[in-house]
Amino acid sequence: MGTSTTEGRSPSCADLPATSGGFTIVEKQELAPKVTRYVVRAPDVARTRRAGQFVIVRVRDGGERIPLTIADADAAKGTITLVVQEVGKTTAWMASLEQGEALADVVGPLGRPTHIEKWGTVVCIGGGIGIAPSHPIVQAMRAAGNRVVAILGARTKDLLIMEDEMRRAADEVLVCTDDGSYGRKALVTGVLETFVAEHGKPDLVVAIGPPIMMKFVCKTTAPHSIPTVVSLNPVMVDGTGMCGGCRVTVGGKTKFVCVDGPEFDGHSVDFDEMMRRSRFYAAQEKESFDRWRKARGEDGGGP
Amino acid sequence: MSERDPDAPKDLKQRYKTAKQKMPEQEALERIRNFHEVPLGFPTEVAPTEAYRCIWCKDPTCVGGCPVGIDIPAFVHLVEKGDFLGAIRKIKETNVLPAICGRVCPQEDQCEKVCKIGQKKGMGPVSIGRLERFLADWERSQGLVEIPECAPPTGKKVAVVGSGPAGLTCACDLARRGHCVTILEALHKPGGVLVYGIPEFRLPKSIVQAEVEVLRRMGVEIRCNFVVGLTATVDDLLKEYDAVFLGVGAGLPYFMDIPGENLCGIYSANEYLTRVNLMRAYDFPDADTPSARSRKVAVVGGGNVAMDSARTALRLGADEVSLIYRRSKVELPARHEEVERAEEEGVVFRLLENPVRYVGDDDGRVTAVECLKMELGEPDASGRRRPVPVKGSEHLIEVDTVVVAIGNGPNPLVTRVTPEIETRKGGNIVAKETDGRTSKRGVFAGGDIVTGAATVILAMGAGRSAAASIHEYLQTGTW
Ligand SMILES: Cc1cc2nc3c(=O)[nH]c(=O)nc-3n(C[C@H](O)[C@H](O)[C@H](O)COP(=O)(O)OP(=O)(O)OC[C@H]3O[C@@H](n4cnc5c(N)ncnc54)[C@H](O)[C@@H]3O)c2cc1C
Ligand SMILES: Cc1cc2nc3c(=O)[nH]c(=O)nc-3n(C[C@H](O)[C@H](O)[C@H](O)COP(=O)(O)OP(=O)(O)OC[C@H]3O[C@@H](n4cnc5c(N)ncnc54)[C@H](O)[C@@H]3O)c2cc1C
Ligand code: SF4
Ligand code: SF4
Ligand code: FES
Repeated sequence: MGTSTTEGRSPSCADLPATSGGFTIVEKQELAPKVTRYVVRAPDVARTRRAGQFVIVRVRDGGERIPLTIADADAAKGTITLVVQEVGKTTAWMASLEQGEALADVVGPLGRPTHIEKWGTVVCIGGGIGIAPSHPIVQAMRAAGNRVVAILGARTKDLLIMEDEMRRAADEVLVCTDDGSYGRKALVTGVLETFVAEHGKPDLVVAIGPPIMMKFVCKTTAPHSIPTVVSLNPVMVDGTGMCGGCRVTVGGKTKFVCVDGPEFDGHSVDFDEMMRRSRFYAAQEKESFDRWRKARGEDGGGP
Repeated sequence: MSERDPDAPKDLKQRYKTAKQKMPEQEALERIRNFHEVPLGFPTEVAPTEAYRCIWCKDPTCVGGCPVGIDIPAFVHLVEKGDFLGAIRKIKETNVLPAICGRVCPQEDQCEKVCKIGQKKGMGPVSIGRLERFLADWERSQGLVEIPECAPPTGKKVAVVGSGPAGLTCACDLARRGHCVTILEALHKPGGVLVYGIPEFRLPKSIVQAEVEVLRRMGVEIRCNFVVGLTATVDDLLKEYDAVFLGVGAGLPYFMDIPGENLCGIYSANEYLTRVNLMRAYDFPDADTPSARSRKVAVVGGGNVAMDSARTALRLGADEVSLIYRRSKVELPARHEEVERAEEEGVVFRLLENPVRYVGDDDGRVTAVECLKMELGEPDASGRRRPVPVKGSEHLIEVDTVVVAIGNGPNPLVTRVTPEIETRKGGNIVAKETDGRTSKRGVFAGGDIVTGAATVILAMGAGRSAAASIHEYLQTGTW
């Protein structure tokens, strides 16, 4: 496929390298404390990915498979962009890699792409690290002729990422922080309420961020009957529909987020169940992270 | 069959008197504390004695019992003579993965079921599978594994999708015929169910690895992390390859759709086994992927997958593992040998019971499964007696982990973007049994994706016949 031609491999098979490999980090940049942007070589993914899709990454052999949204891609260069927050061992391990080093595995694009159509006015809400996956959706919605308003929320000014990119992509950007250090001192739901009060109902809301944020965005939009799409992030293993670990209840039915989603009608999602399932391995995750930090001479206790 | 000695041996009495040879295995108490293989294989001096039990039938029924028709008497006779190399080469004429089949084939329902001395009262069949395994292990340990010779390059390219037994066999046969083969695999490691499903204690992963290595040395390219249907479609592949084989397996776990099934601590067998086998959760925290730390585990189901899950749970340190199955012991679809081993290891069989709902605590973790008792009624379509619930027999079983092992269906990732490939009602691909042709020109399929969850040897057989028909298609161009 792609790689064999783009790399000019000969069609006789004997001299082909044994595996595809070579998921080199060609660029690495810190966007905010513990938030890093990676540009990774993954030509097959870059060629076909669409807004809303994700990859599964394994840093090294023995490592966990973790899902990460494709924040951007360059098909010509054969690269994808990932924006990753350090929350545990795997994401911290990834952050310890240098530019030029390679990830063991990158597979994708996984999941169904965002359903893009002309709705009219679309409000895209990105909370924290969720701003990164909102970016391609904002771009695609705008390209489809929508008026796109982006609401960006962060705990504090330092943690706000990709504001410039979002200003380039959206028609209007509203910023808020929990502590008021930048933009309005509010939660994204507060900004959304004000927007609706001032401009009337948007035709669609897309919310990506921590589950608790998405839950409350849905609580805000439900009384107004504003269609609301959320992008779910349960624990995954294979990402191809084989294990069922990523299952969530949507409208009383079980769905596999990796193949049926990751985007769903937010008003039908059982967020509480999803949040409980996400916490299931908390003790082991902490053990793993502490051990890793200790081995690197960092304080194992941590927050 | 011509190479077989024509004359029946004159020492039949002696042969009848020879006892079936035992294969040593790890003691139950020891093995539940490790993930090493349970049966240890025939010692070199024992194999010829077991082979000596074969009575050289004029009409060897055993061959008909093997789905790929291995010339069983021929290889058994070579073992009897001590010509192990000759014997393994004989097997490999028909079966490229004998180390795997010798371990996981349901021999008692296939070749050994119809072995003639097995029909005699008080006599067991020749241990055909164990001899096969012995030979393959012997060949590997002696460093005698030969890389099959490949015909001169034909210049034709074939994409084999999926690296389970169907894909591996198909790729091997195509490479032998001189075609350029690329295997595309969704996961990060090749082998399909052989690496993510069947546990180490039944099939060491190093064996699968060795087989994959042979393919690589034959020049087969193996590209992991490639999901057909997403990374590229079948139509994309057909632009670059002359033919496509779909060996994508039955990798979609079924759940029962009963209340509480999404509580924490309830797994599909696929997830449970994948975490442990592919991701090595038994090695946590040395390997990063966790799995539940369980005390009381219930496994729902009665097949090989259920046995594998139950025995895995024991090895991960659970205090109590029970298996909930809605029919009785005779209907258990798992291999007898595996049922026996599970029993020896302490798995509690709750037969004629069926879960109806799960109960959880405030954190959403499963704490109990409610079951109904069942009775066997009239036979159903499968010929087995249908389980009927006993009214008012609800009872709770305390658990902290549940593994649902009630079967797998076809994963729709490929077919949902390739509507021209005809599927049956449940989603399995329609392919001609004899040659694997689908309704789409240039696309072949075989293994579990066509038959539904079946066996390793049937998947291999399908891979092999598809390879033959792909070869023919590449030569003639006729569909
Ligand atoms: C579809 C999807 C897209 C995502 N996109 C992004 C993204 O673009 N950027 C980003 O920073 N994060 C993203 N995440 C979350 C990211 O996968 C987790 O932060 C990461 O797995 C944490 O791993 P860890 O070992 O560093 O932390 P851990 O200490 O292992 O876990 C911390 C928390 O992360 C979650 N988590 C752990 N393991 C997994 C797993 N295998 N799969 C999913 N979640 C897990 C759990 O909720 C856990 O409580 C996404 C998740 C999903 C499902
Ligand atoms: C736990 C367990 C125990 C078993 N025990 C036995 C036993 O003892 N004896 C026996 O004979 N049989 C056993 N079986 C059944 C046997 O393993 C299967 O019948 C056999 O593996 C089917 O082979 P296959 O090649 O068709 O598919 P699989 O082995 O399922 O391989 C399919 C491969 O295709 C890949 N794939 C899927 N979709 C895509 C895609 N879109 N793109 C790229 N790759 C893809 C998958 O990742 C997988 O690697 C067992 C099965 C399980 C689950
Ligand atoms: S491949 Fe399986 S059925 Fe055939 S002879 Fe070997 S063990 Fe028996
Ligand atoms: S049926 Fe049994 S005894 Fe007869 S040839 Fe086959 S293996 Fe030997
Ligand atoms: S991650 Fe395994 S089915 Fe979704």
